[in-house]
Amino acid sequence: MKILAVCGMGLGSGLLLRMQAEKALRQLGLKADVEVSDIGSARAAAQTADLILTTAELAEQIGQVKPPIVTIRNFIDLNEMVEKLRSALPGGQA
Amino acid sequence: MDVGYLFNWISSEVFGKPAYLIGIITAIGLIAGRRKLGDIISGTAKATLGYVILAAGAGIVISALTPFGAMIFGATGANGVVPTNEAITALVNAKPAFGTDIAYAMFFGVLLSLVIARLTPLRYIFLTGHHMLFMATVLTVVLLSQKATDTLAVIGGAIGLATMMVVMPAFAHPWTKKLTGGQPFAIGHFNTLSYITSGFLGQWVGKSKSTEEMELPDAIKWVRDPMVATAASMVILYLVFAVALLARVGEAQAIKDAGGGTVGGAGGYLAAQFGNALSFGAGVAVILLGVRTILGEIVPAFAGIAERVVPGAVPALDIPVMYPFAPNAVIIGFLMSVVGGLVGFVVLSVWLGPWLALPLILPGMVPHFFDGAGAGVFGNATGGRRGAVLGGFVNGLLITFLAAFLVPVMSAIGFVNTTFGDTDFQWFGIVSGNVARIGSVGAVVALVVVCAVLVAAASWWQTHFVERGWVPGGAAEAAPAERPSVHAA
Repeated sequence: MKILAVCGMGLGSGLLLRMQAEKALRQLGLKADVEVSDIGSARAAAQTADLILTTAELAEQIGQVKPPIVTIRNFIDLNEMVEKLRSALPGGQA
Repeated sequence: MDVGYLFNWISSEVFGKPAYLIGIITAIGLIAGRRKLGDIISGTAKATLGYVILAAGAGIVISALTPFGAMIFGATGANGVVPTNEAITALVNAKPAFGTDIAYAMFFGVLLSLVIARLTPLRYIFLTGHHMLFMATVLTVVLLSQKATDTLAVIGGAIGLATMMVVMPAFAHPWTKKLTGGQPFAIGHFNTLSYITSGFLGQWVGKSKSTEEMELPDAIKWVRDPMVATAASMVILYLVFAVALLARVGEAQAIKDAGGGTVGGAGGYLAAQFGNALSFGAGVAVILLGVRTILGEIVPAFAGIAERVVPGAVPALDIPVMYPFAPNAVIIGFLMSVVGGLVGFVVLSVWLGPWLALPLILPGMVPHFFDGAGAGVFGNATGGRRGAVLGGFVNGLLITFLAAFLVPVMSAIGFVNTTFGDTDFQWFGIVSGNVARIGSVGAVVALVVVCAVLVAAASWWQTHFVERGWVPGGAAEAAPAERPSVHAA
């Protein structure tokens, strides 16, 4: 399974999303590759992803893509990430 | 094979090559983080390859910037600069003479920042990796420009970087808390001077309606993609100067200066410049891929170490983390910053530039976007829409004028048509570059004194204002209600 963390340039905040997502996945006992992308190439990278993590504003920018988009408001709130991944990922509900 | 040759080989062909040095540093970080062998191997390889990608992107940007520089010079008689952090960093790092010093300065600077965070009240962990690389690059170049030796440049660069990584988040923290409603994170983005200025200005103009109570037209929302904004604005700038050069010197000379196209004549020349503008945007995209590949390995390793060395520290995060608190202020701040940048350009070209022999600073869209947006968000937090407008505008002026003064202190790389676009790189680069004029060991001693003063001032600020809960313009309001979270496909 592949998760795509998207921010404007794919440098700073996208990497934070990836690090938080990896922590959350460990807590949930799930395995997935988390990759970082910039908004410019996100639509192309989304083709092979199973889930996209980003902010509400950039979600609007990405538009319609195959995988579901989960928007994160508070980048360092691990609970938010865990809860949102739990409800979005198959196997997270248990 | 004699031992001397072996040592020379190791120092020149391994430690003298920034790509391998970055790989080694990453491996150390991953090993210290007790990662699995497979992760260590793949992380090391990726960081090394990321550096090679960065250097390749630098080549593309240089080949696109050279004709641009020639056109501006030919058309106006002045040197032109488009501040773009990624471009200048890649240009400098692609030269091994600078690249290895920068890699060492970044490595030791990051470690030293943990020591300062551990020993002083400034318990901030700066997690914005590309800004660490950029700051290490500025400081190393300004020190080498004053003829510092490699060792002194590394020491000075490391101390300067470490200092900035802990003091700037502290200085900005009251405004950051105002903006986030007291979230437990700080700003870790080297445009802090502008964010604090914007926070002040917002308070000065007084509270007006928040930008978030306005409805922005959909048509301007495409600007959220900085790559598109960069390419589009570069096409305009290239074509404006291409036409200006054509008008001034005629077709034959313009083609000689900046290169013509396949079909020749004015049409071929303009088409070639259009292509060069797109190459600039593409080159920056390649550099970003390189930086992203390097940081994707280094930053998580560093964050893991930092959590153990400085438990309970406040993470200092990249500016886009602040954007969800005021999405409309992002757009307003960006647009106003470009306006400020254009006003700054006019002032430089008709008055300050000729007077002080400063280069012309053209608006670089990447810094105007991220910095202007950040200034807008900070200005909105204290002053509503008026604060966002004024904060973005003043950010545009600041990053333009400071860039003009930064170019001369980076003389060691020669003139390259680009420079750093964020205020902290600029003001601290200018200060370090001037302090380093003392020369040799004295330069590093003087820089250490500057850093000690900054750490002392920031510690006082931290204990007397931040920890006592002072927030500009009274207590922070609760963060706005959460937006819808899961978008179905």
